[in-house]
Amino acid sequence: MLDGIIIGGGVIGGMVARELTAYGAKVAIVEKAHDVAMGATRANSAIVHAGFDAKEGTLKARFNVRGSEMMRDVCRELGVKYKNNGSLVVGFSEEDRQTLAELKARGEKNGVKELSLLDREALLKIEPNVGDGVTCALRAGTGAIVCPYELCIAAIGNAMDNGAELFLGFEVTAIEEKNGVYTVTAKDGRTLEASFIVNCAGVYSDKIAAMAGDTSFSVIPRRGEYMLLDKAAGGVITHTVFRCPSKMGKGILVSPTVDGNLLLGPTAENIEDKTDVKTTAEGLAKVRLQANEQVKSIDFSKSITSFAGLRSVGSTGDFIINVPRARFVNAAGIESPGLSSAPAIAEYVRELLMGEGIALKKRTDFNPCRRPMHEFQMMTNDEKSALIEKDPTYAHVICRCETISEGEILAALRANPKPSDVDGVKRRTRSGMGRCQGGFCTPYIVELIAKELGIDETEVTKFGGASKMNVGYTKK
Amino acid sequence: MKQIEKELVIIGGGPAGLAAAVAAYDKGLRDILILERDVALGGILRQCIHNGFGLHRFGEELTGPEYAARYEQQVKERGIPYMTETMVTELRADRTVVARSAAMGIFEIKAGAVILAMGCRERPKGALGIAGTRPAGIYTAGTAQKFVNMKGMMPGKEVVILGSGDIGLIMARRMTLEGARVKAVCELMPYSGGLARNIEQCLNDFDIPLLLSHTVIDIHGKERLEAVTIAKVDERRRPIPGTEQTIPCDTLLLSCGLIPENELTAQAGVPMDRITNGALVDGDRQTEIPGVFACGNVLHVHDLVDYVSEEAAIAGEAAVRFLRGESKKSILVSVKTDGKVRYTVPQILTEAKDTRLYFRVSDVFRGKKIVLKAGDRVLLEKKTVKLAPGEMETVTVKAEWLSELAEGEISISLSD
Repeated sequence: MLDGIIIGGGVIGGMVARELTAYGAKVAIVEKAHDVAMGATRANSAIVHAGFDAKEGTLKARFNVRGSEMMRDVCRELGVKYKNNGSLVVGFSEEDRQTLAELKARGEKNGVKELSLLDREALLKIEPNVGDGVTCALRAGTGAIVCPYELCIAAIGNAMDNGAELFLGFEVTAIEEKNGVYTVTAKDGRTLEASFIVNCAGVYSDKIAAMAGDTSFSVIPRRGEYMLLDKAAGGVITHTVFRCPSKMGKGILVSPTVDGNLLLGPTAENIEDKTDVKTTAEGLAKVRLQANEQVKSIDFSKSITSFAGLRSVGSTGDFIINVPRARFVNAAGIESPGLSSAPAIAEYVRELLMGEGIALKKRTDFNPCRRPMHEFQMMTNDEKSALIEKDPTYAHVICRCETISEGEILAALRANPKPSDVDGVKRRTRSGMGRCQGGFCTPYIVELIAKELGIDETEVTKFGGASKMNVGYTKK
Repeated sequence: MKQIEKELVIIGGGPAGLAAAVAAYDKGLRDILILERDVALGGILRQCIHNGFGLHRFGEELTGPEYAARYEQQVKERGIPYMTETMVTELRADRTVVARSAAMGIFEIKAGAVILAMGCRERPKGALGIAGTRPAGIYTAGTAQKFVNMKGMMPGKEVVILGSGDIGLIMARRMTLEGARVKAVCELMPYSGGLARNIEQCLNDFDIPLLLSHTVIDIHGKERLEAVTIAKVDERRRPIPGTEQTIPCDTLLLSCGLIPENELTAQAGVPMDRITNGALVDGDRQTEIPGVFACGNVLHVHDLVDYVSEEAAIAGEAAVRFLRGESKKSILVSVKTDGKVRYTVPQILTEAKDTRLYFRVSDVFRGKKIVLKAGDRVLLEKKTVKLAPGEMETVTVKAEWLSELAEGEISISLSD
């Protein structure tokens, strides 16, 4: 029997799984989608917030500051791209200037270091492309960027390398407890038993909690639309540029990504449907408009894609991390700054479980490190040549825009957690993520997936379910 | 890292690269190397199994693979060296080329001259900013062409095509012949960007409606595409409320423009033309970096491969003259356009010889004159019946005009 079941294979579930595995628990992650990192983790701002935004005394403030401090080391161990690029909150008015001063004071109370207020002149010295209407800014030296799905994939992969299990397509429909043992049932009839459960189910975490009898909170999806620009447009700024906050969240940001692209967004719209990740003409227009106010000279002709993600907004206004019944932990309502807080939340969940009498002790044989997914990219030319000599598939470039070789794709297909669809390969290798968006490489990726999985090429999907890439053969 | 030296390196083994290599060889050069990233020579022609290639060049209608094979054969007969599955990852202004292949690992080539012949790519959905979901079933027309023609796979059965570029038109016919139902081709502009003959042979012959001034404004379906909403657009290309209609379909193909693949060009610091998205070149197709030439779709997007071959031959021969120190830069005349003429290639003239200017117009024009001027002096007037953005036009600048002018500019414009 398992020690624990973690419901939800997002970045929170992943970090929790890794933490608990490091402490000797035998855990399984169950995820309803075809791959991990498919909820909020897949589509968010990819920011490690400094921690001045959340109100002092909240879980958000506490875990943000702690998580942000932990993030660099976590990323180093997991081989995940992380960049301490610093962040700016830009203001456009006298009122904004006051808000920024308040944010600075709040940040200092929260224990955030390296905060400074800048006037326009000082700002222009570090970011010459801030918008013409920007008059002031708060700079946070500890602000950083990370790739969220890469962090999630690496955390789950690392947990699996150390013994954790992963069940995909496992949509939980019932949770029962008998004689101290929880039974979790999936829609397809599979069951798992364990002595504890951690609920990291994102927008569905209220439904999961309700299955365990906890109806004390609800989670509403708040949709955010984003635009992503090619690396050729990425150099316009170096900091993450936020807008002075309003009631609906932190507003639009303009940020470089760890891969050198430019990310703009998100909008903030509370919606009903927990699966609705469509973009809208109005939303994208708003992103464009606001982004232009914050940063000028954005080259929109270099747009490569737009997408939307759902934040899990809990009804309490704070993260909902508690123990509503014995050995059942909620990690719910993890909206922004959830990604930044993830390592700290994992640590706290482990402490809560220890408080529930679960025996957890740091393993001596736990290997916290994982081979970076972009290892080949980081090699010197001589190292690359040496590897190509051993394995010529590394010479065969499949994705031209991002220069990703067959060898890298095969390595991704063979590493935990193994992808089995086109988008899964894309998130792990960046193949298809460049300026042509898979125009050239998609047929090759389909072929490699089919070969590796031993399935027919027509069975290959974009992201599981009915998302087949092709409907059949021409002459069969 | 392995290092080699070559007189001429040609990046890309498609129609442009092959024709450039043959021309350079026939001009007497032997130390040539073609680098091709795909598994075989031929470039995108390998998947263009329809006919209509070669009418100008060979006076007959060939399929894409047949056209490519003619040049491939010429390359092989001459014993011109080439490497396939070899990807160039870096180009420097001193004509150093960094590439990788299974046999060589990562290697560096010091080249006397470089010809850029990397071709182009299709504009993806994300660049169009269409709202909606992101299901499976949305492909650029060229990707669908690869699936159908190279892999024998069907991307879908109920198809809407956005954009009436030539590949979109060709795929409308291809999908129909393979048993799919193509419900509509929507074109944002009030005219098609494709060749007139393709509209006739690929749409009209199959009763596929071409909806001009229409675009896709919403995409439906969570896993696989289920429908698209299209709408008519006004003269400023904004959707007109009330004209929306939702068409059920499982596939959306995009044929919304081609973008020259100039990442290496930009990396080397070659000055670019903002209209063509290719390098600025002179009559030799030499860029502003000495010894670096460009031809084919990486320079500007062509509609006929015949013109690609023609242009590549110019670059190939010129590269040999450059290597022999025979390049003459006797004049400096730049070519200006009026907007109705969108661009010309070449943009700069450095030799006083008869030079053909290739150009495209920005809209459909009827009964206009093409006017070539030096200052106020009219050099040439040429009457036309119809000009369209989809068809490349040419006009020849005479040597005597150029030697008289020596320095300055000539202008090309359309007038009534």
